[in-house]
Formats: sequence, C-alpha cells, structure tokens
Amino acid sequence: MGELLMDLGAWLTSGDQWSGVDGIANRLGEHLEYSLIATVIAAAIALPTGLLIGHTGRGAFLAINLSSFGRALPTVGLIVLVFLASGLSMTPVYVSLVALAVPSIVTNTYAGMRAVDPETRDAARGQGMRAHQVLLRVEIPLALPLIMTGLRLALVQVVATATIAAYVSFGGLGRYVFDGLAQRDLVQVLGGAVLVAAVALVLDLALAALQRALFVNRPA
Amino acid sequence: MIEFRAVHKRFANGTTAVHDLTLSMPAGGITVLVGSSGCGKTTTLRMINRMVEPTSGTIHVDGRDICSQDAALLRRSIGYVIQQSGLFPHRTVLDNIATVPLLLGWGRRKARTRAAELLETVGLAHDAGKRYPHQLSGGQQQRVGVARALAADPPVLLMDEPFGAVDPVVRTQLQDELLRLQKELDKTIVFVTHDIAEAIRLGDRIAVFRTGGRLVQCATPAELLARPADPFVADFLGAERGLMLLSLIPLGDLPRRPVPEGGRWELVLGPGRRPKGWRDRSAGDGDGALLPVRPLRDGDSLLSALNESVGSPCGLVVRVDTEGALTGVTSREEVHDRAGTAHASAARAASAPPEPAPRAGDHPPVADPAPASAPGTTGGAP
Repeated sequence: MGELLMDLGAWLTSGDQWSGVDGIANRLGEHLEYSLIATVIAAAIALPTGLLIGHTGRGAFLAINLSSFGRALPTVGLIVLVFLASGLSMTPVYVSLVALAVPSIVTNTYAGMRAVDPETRDAARGQGMRAHQVLLRVEIPLALPLIMTGLRLALVQVVATATIAAYVSFGGLGRYVFDGLAQRDLVQVLGGAVLVAAVALVLDLALAALQRALFVNRPA
Repeated sequence: MIEFRAVHKRFANGTTAVHDLTLSMPAGGITVLVGSSGCGKTTTLRMINRMVEPTSGTIHVDGRDICSQDAALLRRSIGYVIQQSGLFPHRTVLDNIATVPLLLGWGRRKARTRAAELLETVGLAHDAGKRYPHQLSGGQQQRVGVARALAADPPVLLMDEPFGAVDPVVRTQLQDELLRLQKELDKTIVFVTHDIAEAIRLGDRIAVFRTGGRLVQCATPAELLARPADPFVADFLGAERGLMLLSLIPLGDLPRRPVPEGGRWELVLGPGRRPKGWRDRSAGDGDGALLPVRPLRDGDSLLSALNESVGSPCGLVVRVDTEGALTGVTSREEVHDRAGTAHASAARAASAPPEPAPRAGDHPPVADPAPASAPGTTGGAP
C-alpha cells in the first residue's frame, strides 16, 4: 500500500506526465471542457423550465418527475444506448451528462422559486410591477442562492462522471482510468481517479465560497 | 374620493367575499374598514388597486373607473402597505423605498434622493437606508413599508392591517405617527383592521363589515359608538363602547381648582412647576416614595381623565398646560359628572333623530367603572 502511494506520488509529480497529448494538463483541460459544455447545455434546458414552473406554479409534477427520471437512468447504459444509435461522436457523452445535470438544476430552481414568500411576490405586484418585473427583480434574485446550489451540484456531478467520455474513446481524465484498467496499470487508474475527485472537490469548495460571498446580506 | 357602486366579489370556489357594496370614501380622510376575519374587508381594499378584480359593479378613484386603466400603472399611482411590511429582503431599505419611483422611470439618483427624504419623514435614521430589512425591528420595517408606499407621493394610500404584527407599545407609536403624517400630507387613506380600538383611534369614518361581505354601517366614530346600527355592530364594539366614546371627547374647559392645602396627600412639583407625584404626609417624615401622577393637558380625553381619577390616591386629576406646568386639579366627581353629560350630548349630536338603542348594546351598570356615565352609555336621550 505504501509503495502504491509512493508510485502514485511519482506519477502525479513527474514532469513528463503533465505534458503532451496524454499529459495531465491536456486531459484536465478536456475534462473541464466536456463538463462545462454539458453543464451549460443542461442549464439552458433546466433553468427556463425551473423558472417557468416556479413562477406559474403549474406543471411542477410533470417536470420534476421527468427530470428525476433522468437522474435514475444509469449513465453508462445511456451513453452506450446513444452511442449505438448515433455512432462515434461527442453526442452520447453530452446526452448522458446533460441527463445527469438537468434534474439538480430543475428541482433546485423550482424549490428556490417556491421558497419566495408569497407576501413578497404579492407586495411586488401591489407596488405596480408587471409579471416580468416580478420575475426579474424579485423572484429570481431571491431564488438565486438555491439556483446556484443546483448549478454547483450539477457541475460537480458532471465533473465526477465525465470520465465516461473515455469509455467511448474520447479524452478527459477518464482516459487514465480506462487505459490503466486495460493495461492493468493500477497507478494510472488511481492517478486518474484521484485527479477527478480533486477537481470535483476544488470546484465545489470554490463555488460554495463564491455563493457565501455573494449572499452575505441574506437573512439566515 | 373612492366610490364603490354595487360591487360584488365572488371567488372561484363559490364564496362571496363582498356583497353588493355601495360606499364612498371621502378624499383627504382616513376610512377604516373593520370586521372579524373573513368579512371581506381586505378583499374590499384590494379591489381598489385591482389586486382583486370585482365580479360586478364599478369602482371609481377620483372620478375614474379603475377598470379602464392599466392595472400596473394604477397600482403605481396608489400607495400600498401590507401586514408584515412585505419588504424585498434582497434589497436595501433605500432601494425598497425607491421601488415605485424606479418603476416610474425617475432614474436612480432622483429615486434615491427621494427615498432618503422619506426615511426622515417616517422617523428613521439616515443610516438605516443602507441596511437590509431583516436587520430592522418589526416597527422599523413597518415604517419602511409606509415610506415605500409614500415614495411617489400618491394621493391614495391603502393600508392592510399594517400594524397588526407589532407589539402594543410600538403599535401606539406607529398610530400616532400615522396621524401626524396624515395631518401633514392629507392623503385619502383606506385602512383595514380587526381592532376596533385602532379603528376608533385612526378613523374619520369607520365601515363595519360582517361575515358574508356585507357592509353593516359606515359612520364617524362618535356616531358609530353612540348609535350602532344593529346588535351585530353593538356586539362588535364591545362592552367598553361608552368609554370609547369618552375617548373622543377632550377635557376642554372642565373647571380646575387650586391644589388643596393640607390633608393627607401633597402634590410634589419639580422644576418649571411640573408635577412629580403625590406624597403621603401620614407616612412620616423624609421623602417617602412618591405615588406616580399622570398630568393631563386640555386636549387629553375624558376617558384618560376618568382613568386618572380612578388611579389617583386622593381622587384628584392633575392638570397642566402645554409646557407641562401645573394649572390646577379637578376632582373625581367633577370628571364623572362631565363624563356623563358629555357622553349624553355626544350621543345626541351623533344621533339625530334619537332612537332607543338596541338591547344588545346595553350592559349592566356594575360593569361600568363610571356610574355617572351609565345612563349615557345606552345612547340617545332618555
């Protein structure tokens, strides 16, 4: 075990390991690229959905259940399915990552909108705000902490799962895991896994700190 | 001037909130809508700024049918204060107050300047503007709510139980402030409460509603107290209705006499002849504990004089001028006599032609701490 950790340390810190196409820097960049693109696509679908059902209070049952269905789908199964249907492209990767990310964003956005005190919404209308002004000036700002929590959760989940891009022959940190498994190179597998976990953790902490800084004036 | 003509409101679930309401609320006065919960008073209020749309009938504000106007624009032209203040928790106090000016497109700087002005108007410190609503006390939040409603200087102010959620001491302060503001600004105010004492205190006119959204009586406080339209109103006004009427009558020229020399009780004066309290001469020498005294000015009510005469150790009510300097004392008997006659004449004035009062308004004289006023409490001349 000690030896394994020493080897892992050497693997992570060797200059060679960081450079080149198969270097950590490049794989890390790919990994983040996949994750960000998938999260942005998911947000583009999930935010309007969550805001709409939260603002109108209608369609919540359907939307929440549909998106939970996405969460229940096994990601590996989904990626294989889409891969078989669409062939070799990034599509299967993004479809499965987006399906994973949408539920957190929809449910948190919806929860944030519903948590806005009806009295506050009523007061906004009573002061003469139109529906879109109530949404933009009152509901969204008040729901923002929860909306951001949803985005953070989604991003972390996606980062942790983006290793599957390597499963269908693309890059990212998953490369080390799948290549290592194929080559029976345990150090490489472990190195990939540790890097993925570290990236997810750092992102989570950084975004949580950002949230705290942004919403310092909110009541507890 | 706000005019309801045959207004009816039935909600989708079939309940009638307001039943065939015809009522006019004069400009420049406080009209209080009062009644127990579910009587339609809040619905009535919310129909004025179209937060609730009437099922039938028309409502005019200053001669214009409110349904002919854009609802959002209408609301910006009417101040609206709600219970728990309904402030925006994510905005500073200043930005909360500036809401309507910003919606009206005044520009940020002008809106903020106006908001800062209003902080002072409602009695808040300048630096409160930078704080967030949750950092203020309940009473301060209500002041911000009033400031927000006044920001664009609307002629009409709707207040929906604005002081319902604050403690009694703060509520009294806020009521005083509202009356002071109203003297200055002369708005047309519609005020909803379920507290009859608050209604009597604030209202120029009081509209009493009963369950089912029916208006039972709309009258001045004195008229309402002297001549409730039916047993329901009398019941609603409660057993102290006669005393409440006295709360509307000032002491005025009630005779005052010099403080008696000698006797058991000595009135101790402070600097500027300000009464400090009663000293019991029989309790021996030295400055024994003073019994507190609450001196009355001529503008104070007969009810407060009655209260003071009951509490005074020697039955004397202490009178002062506007500076708080002693002007004399009045005996308990004189206060009681005046209370009785004033009550009867107020009742007569409020109720021409006189009519026998409804049975439910009667209460046994034993419940009345002022026997002299008991005949008057039944209202009308015997």
